[in-house]
Amino acid sequence: MALLEIKDLHAGVEGIPILKGINLTIDPGEVHAVMGPNGSGKSTLSNVLAGHEAYKVTRGEILFGGKDLQELAAHERACAGLFLAFQYPVEIPGISNMYFLKAAVNAVREYRGEEPLDAMDFIELVEAKKSVMKIRDELLARAVNSGFSGGEKKRNEIFQMAMLEPTLGILDETDSGLDIDALKIVADGVNALRSPDRGFLVITHYQRLLDYIIPDHVHVMVHGRIVKSGGKELALELEDEGYASWNGEEGL
Amino acid sequence: MKTDNDKTFQDLNDTEYKYGFVTDIESDSLPPGLNEDIVRAISSRKKEPEWLTEWRLKAYRHWITMTEPTWSNVHYPKIDYQALSYYSAPKQKGDGPKTLDEVDPELLETYEKLGIPLREQEALAGVVAVDAVFDSVSVATTFKGKLEELGIIFCSFSEAVHSHPDLVKQYLGTVVPYKDNYFATLNSAVFSDGSFCYVPPGVRCPMELSTYFRINAANTGQFERTLLIADEGAYVSYLEGCTAPQRDENQLHAAVVELVALDNAQIKYSTVQNWYPGDKDGKGGIYNFVTKRGHCRGHHSKISWTQVETGSAVTWKYPSCILKGDYSVGEFYSVAVTNHMQQADTGSKMIHIGKNTSSTIVSKGISAGRSQNSYRGMVKVLETAENARNFSQCDSMLMGGSCGAHTFPYIDVGNPTAQVEHEATTTKIGEDQIFYCNQRGLETEEAVNLIVNGFCKEVFRELPMEFAVEAQKLLGISLEGSVG
Repeated sequence: MALLEIKDLHAGVEGIPILKGINLTIDPGEVHAVMGPNGSGKSTLSNVLAGHEAYKVTRGEILFGGKDLQELAAHERACAGLFLAFQYPVEIPGISNMYFLKAAVNAVREYRGEEPLDAMDFIELVEAKKSVMKIRDELLARAVNSGFSGGEKKRNEIFQMAMLEPTLGILDETDSGLDIDALKIVADGVNALRSPDRGFLVITHYQRLLDYIIPDHVHVMVHGRIVKSGGKELALELEDEGYASWNGEEGL
Repeated sequence: MKTDNDKTFQDLNDTEYKYGFVTDIESDSLPPGLNEDIVRAISSRKKEPEWLTEWRLKAYRHWITMTEPTWSNVHYPKIDYQALSYYSAPKQKGDGPKTLDEVDPELLETYEKLGIPLREQEALAGVVAVDAVFDSVSVATTFKGKLEELGIIFCSFSEAVHSHPDLVKQYLGTVVPYKDNYFATLNSAVFSDGSFCYVPPGVRCPMELSTYFRINAANTGQFERTLLIADEGAYVSYLEGCTAPQRDENQLHAAVVELVALDNAQIKYSTVQNWYPGDKDGKGGIYNFVTKRGHCRGHHSKISWTQVETGSAVTWKYPSCILKGDYSVGEFYSVAVTNHMQQADTGSKMIHIGKNTSSTIVSKGISAGRSQNSYRGMVKVLETAENARNFSQCDSMLMGGSCGAHTFPYIDVGNPTAQVEHEATTTKIGEDQIFYCNQRGLETEEAVNLIVNGFCKEVFRELPMEFAVEAQKLLGISLEGSVG
């Protein structure tokens, strides 16, 4: 069974249509990259999948592990194994990263009918996961994303993903604003999570990230539609030619 | 855009007060109304000495010359002071209980419902001493023996009047004079009971002292009087927590708290207040007009107020510090939550008199529903207060579009060496923050709790541990359903 199946998806925000018939299937173990120019609807797609209330589906169907995703509230999608690494992670002043993460891990465990982790087990899990993302203890003690650098925020997102062990990881322009070192750390983190039963949807503007996270499939999205799909070589083609040929007016 | 958030902003009103019940205990009340005879009757029922009766009468005679203040940003129907009953005490056989076993079982049950198991507390020896105030008369006092060994006096106010008249006489009304303000003057005339604490020189009180207040008898004004004295080099931490059963009539509550800190003494006074706020349309609920003031009388003394206010229909409360001693320190940490139709006008006053005095004000206001939440604070530096320092921070958080947050800071500096800072922010709880939490598996309610607790963190960390946990829960209950 497919991990994620999007069929003829139409969606918009505040009555403005943005996605105009998306079809996309991700099987377990696959990494799919969606590339496209600004305003093509890439971030809308990730928000719709994650269940942001402002985005309304007007037509089509999304199946996640065979279940109708639209039946689930945002937090239930997260608990069911859908993780979104945000393009702009939000600050929550006064709540430590560690505390937040523990609440999240235990919410997911509770949903799955598992016992919540106690402090000791949780710390053990953190210790096991933090090294790949080069997360320092000091970062765990700080308030969620408060005063984090751009790179720290993105590393923290992938660290959260590692902690929550989703079946589908969506990366929304995780590479934006990262220098090459940070990019490598983030890519290492994602690659470490690749497994036969986990899929990824990597949304990016640039090909650069795909040098480090090698996709199985690449899709080009323009004006709310997937206009071309191919293998990893498609990303390189785009790098050379830009989006102009599909886009008409908008260049890269 | 109509989102589910808007829907649940409205669902706000669905959260009902969880502690609304009435205990069926015969009250020994005086007839409604207020005059010199009633004041005398209160005093005589409590077998008070002549000087105290006279003090009450002086207050009463002054009170009838005063008018109710109207400057605060709260609105409520005019109170008919002649319709209130000014004394109510649970009936007791004989001289009152000496142990918990002698306490009216129904009363104990009330406390159990509120989650204040006195028996358990006694068993958990040494954690918290409770001078439990039910309506107006103290019914049980625990851990007294242990405190006595250290020379600490902790008892009901009435008891102190009899057992330590000199101390009461020496300090009563020296922080909040009987002429102070309309509500404090009324309290001085008719106060029923409250707590008294004296910590002798050099003694550090080994446990958190705690009083649970509860208003029960219908139509009875509640007029507690608390007096706390930390003698030279002493330290005491005092906890006050309140809940009240549901009522249709508005109930007046006008308490007075006086704190005195002598040289090098330190008082930490923490409050969690959860009185009935009225229903979703603002019907019923407690009117809370409180005068709380601390006097840093000695050099290097320190008084800290920490409060978490979630209850009452109308709150009018400004815990203050008079920093008279050189190098004395005053602190005020507050979380005030208003929901439904609640109104709160609260803040602090810091009066700098001594040299090198310093004060801190951290106020967090959270408004939801159709409530109005005002911060009103005064920082006054007198000419004598060389090198005075103040830092004030007032943050407001809004939930939904029908509530209001207001800040009224007054700063009056009379000495050029003073440094006074004021910071204020207003934020709206962010849908982005909630979505971020949702995407990590947290339900919206839990997300709101988390965000609000983060917002209030600077105040919560000033509370004693077990109180902080209680306060966080209370916040959750108060704001249940306020964001979608």
